Amino acid sequence: MSLDPVPLPGSLQANRRLSQWLRVHADGQVTVRTGKVDLGQGISTALAQIAAEELDVPMARVSVQPASTWQGPHEGVTAGSMSVQDSGGALRQVCAEARAIYLDAAARRYRLTAAQRAGLQVLDGAFTTGDGAGVACGSYGSLADDFLLDVDASGAARPKPVSAHRLMAADVQRIDLPAKVLGQADFIQDLTLPGQLYGRVAHPPSPGAVLLEVAMDAVAAMPGVVATVRDGSFIGLVASSEHAAVAALHTLCGAARWHEPATLPDMHALPAYLRAQPLDSSLTGEKTSDAAGPGLACSAASVAAAGSRCFKASYARPFLAHASIAPSCAVARYRAEPGEAATRVEVWTHSQGIHNLRADLALILGLPAAQIAVQHLPGAGCYGHNGADDAACDAVLLARAVVGRPVHLQWTRDDEMSCAPFGAAMAVDLQAVVDAEGRISDWQHDVWSTGHSMRPGRSGTPVLHAAALLEKPFARQVAINMPLANGGGAERNAVPGYDFARWRVNNHRVLTMPLRTSSLRSLGAHCNVFAAESFLDEIAGQLGVDPLVFRLRHLGDERGCAVLNAAAALAGWSGRHAHPRPEGAGMGIAYARYKNTGAYCAVVAAVRAGIGVRVEQLWIAADLGLVVNADGACNQLEGGAIQTVSWVLKEAVQFDRTRVRSRSWEDYPILRFSEVPKVQLQLLSRPGDKSLGAGEATNGPVAAAIANAVADAVGLRMRQMPLSVDALRQTALAEPG
Amino acid sequence: MAKRRVSLNLNGQATQVECDENKALAYVLREDLGLKGTRLGCGQAQCGSCHVMLDGVSVPACDTPLWAVENKAIVTIEGLGRPGALHALQQAFIDEQAAQCGYCLSGILISAAALLARCPQPQEAQVREALDPHLCRCGAHNRMVRAVLRAAAAGTGA
Repeated sequence: MSLDPVPLPGSLQANRRLSQWLRVHADGQVTVRTGKVDLGQGISTALAQIAAEELDVPMARVSVQPASTWQGPHEGVTAGSMSVQDSGGALRQVCAEARAIYLDAAARRYRLTAAQRAGLQVLDGAFTTGDGAGVACGSYGSLADDFLLDVDASGAARPKPVSAHRLMAADVQRIDLPAKVLGQADFIQDLTLPGQLYGRVAHPPSPGAVLLEVAMDAVAAMPGVVATVRDGSFIGLVASSEHAAVAALHTLCGAARWHEPATLPDMHALPAYLRAQPLDSSLTGEKTSDAAGPGLACSAASVAAAGSRCFKASYARPFLAHASIAPSCAVARYRAEPGEAATRVEVWTHSQGIHNLRADLALILGLPAAQIAVQHLPGAGCYGHNGADDAACDAVLLARAVVGRPVHLQWTRDDEMSCAPFGAAMAVDLQAVVDAEGRISDWQHDVWSTGHSMRPGRSGTPVLHAAALLEKPFARQVAINMPLANGGGAERNAVPGYDFARWRVNNHRVLTMPLRTSSLRSLGAHCNVFAAESFLDEIAGQLGVDPLVFRLRHLGDERGCAVLNAAAALAGWSGRHAHPRPEGAGMGIAYARYKNTGAYCAVVAAVRAGIGVRVEQLWIAADLGLVVNADGACNQLEGGAIQTVSWVLKEAVQFDRTRVRSRSWEDYPILRFSEVPKVQLQLLSRPGDKSLGAGEATNGPVAAAIANAVADAVGLRMRQMPLSVDALRQTALAEPG
Repeated sequence: MAKRRVSLNLNGQATQVECDENKALAYVLREDLGLKGTRLGCGQAQCGSCHVMLDGVSVPACDTPLWAVENKAIVTIEGLGRPGALHALQQAFIDEQAAQCGYCLSGILISAAALLARCPQPQEAQVREALDPHLCRCGAHNRMVRAVLRAAAAGTGA
């Protein structure tokens, strides 16, 4: 039986050895190794499920090992809703090949004929002939041999067809939850190694601060303090208990004197600030219709066309904080044992990219990367490049002062809110020309923003928070945008998903970075979709066309139309004006295909707007292609939607010209239980299509649906997030009637 | 930082701990007693991650000094249920798959247990009000509310 090899899917291309991914044990247990990390999104469960499905073993036999730099596949960064696509696709092929290899081994051991081999069946990990006799031919456990999987993937085996899936159709429960409800699960914050010490760092109080002097003696003399560290403007301490470390940090903060230049912009005028900076402007893309040349919305020529109308509007979002529920944390141990040729450094981290982190640590420490071992452990929910990598660097710099002892480094809530990278502030200008038939004939989208990616390990200069503070500092880097082929950054979802005759998208990357920015869930898609889908509503309103009808008029993608119609049906969109509605109540709709290549998602929001805005309900329809775990996917969609409600209604990093001022939950409030809307979800089944990530699909559409609902409710067009009480009042004053 | 031997009624057991009586209960639990199910999120009584029950009332352990809990009944997440003998709320949270990262769970389960003990059949709005001191960044709120109502319907035996 020989099939033509299939192309190796996902991360398997770069990690071909089957034993990197999978190990079969003599007791029948199966260990899956992944390069992706569990960020609280439940990816471990989805991967265990895929392995159990392809191998035909029970879920309970499969365990998923945390990612590390010394074993398992190298899968880069866990981001961009790619885990099920990349790791899941690869693992499915790996397990299909492993299953075939083990069946071949059974055939050899039991001297089966080719026909018997072809008929072998697997039930709960045990092999039997399928010829009616049902002769037992061993099992994964009885045939377990590491050499069997010490081969490269060949592409010769085929994963099961979807119709043969047993586990995929069922909702499999999260494998990590039983321990978590009992308080047993260890987060990295809970890790305790033998001989462990506790570290704290006094971070600069403002982004531009330089340390003038610090009285380290006062700190060193405190009870429990084992070591103090100063390297340029980087200062910290190591203590024998966490309690002692907290007390010593308080003293250290008081003992440091800083020079704090005013380096920050006016937080109330961010769009103007972004436009006024040095820019790296580039054409993201365009579509020209004919000999008329490149599209340029609202040009003299287009506006002169008979019966056409021109529209323009500007939108914006502030800096957003990751605001993880647990402050960043890491454990590091420096080893330079006698008899060992070289220093070795061990790091435990909740970073999204363990290899990238290692590359930056190697640059900072001046050590070969091979001497640094990095292992992932779960932290609290992570929605992008937060402080995890920075904390790991802090831990290593402290551990260097206490060679041989592990140092548990914990950021404070204040650190988490003020030192971690932020999601970038953005400004978006839109222009559109509508022809005499009421169709958009020309569209232009301009976006201003610092880059959305400043992850470690991507350039020759480390970007970790401490890197610029050291005695021999590394130059501060400015965030970049990933290429559009990889999803882009600021320009993500700026390219219209609608069939406009002509369009043009320009990306203006801001080259100054007073506040560090890096990847936050959905990157530029959040604000680009907010802008474009708000703008469509504004135009539809001016034309007197229903917003759903106006969208469908321009949408050729059948899967996009399907989610829009499904969300509208769920929400009772067409009947929404049938009854008189309470004062301040309104509904809005929005749609996007994430990254223009990912999941399709449409959202209807119902709000009540008065002094402030309350989101009462969301109806969400999504097309995720083949869904591995429907309940997990719904959890991701709903979680993303609720987080977006929080961003849109409440969140903005506060700062004066010197310091970040939002440093606690009091200054950076997020959505609470009593403010969370009802959410109704529908997944459109597409088992024949490839899996598309769920985590970021809702961020853009939810934002725009809320703004559109507010406009429907009270006639105010909110073009800047957040839609706070203040913003509502200012908009009402500026826009009479 | 005078050390003192303090007697505790912890998860139904008489326990003694010797440490600085001003140390916050959250650190005593995690460092001195090895009970790490009580999570730390802010240390400022603003996020709810560290809630424990004190004489039936859910309070932040990061903001409660050890001296204040002497001779009071303390229940932490470890005392709510055990493997094989889950509290009805713990079972309901599994049944509803009511979590993403789960970091906030310990505190939320404690507040939910305190609510059901004083109000066995709460309305949805009462559940949300009881959980309002707790932040969840992942957006699993609605699942958790459903789980609490499910446990209430099942009867908690509290």
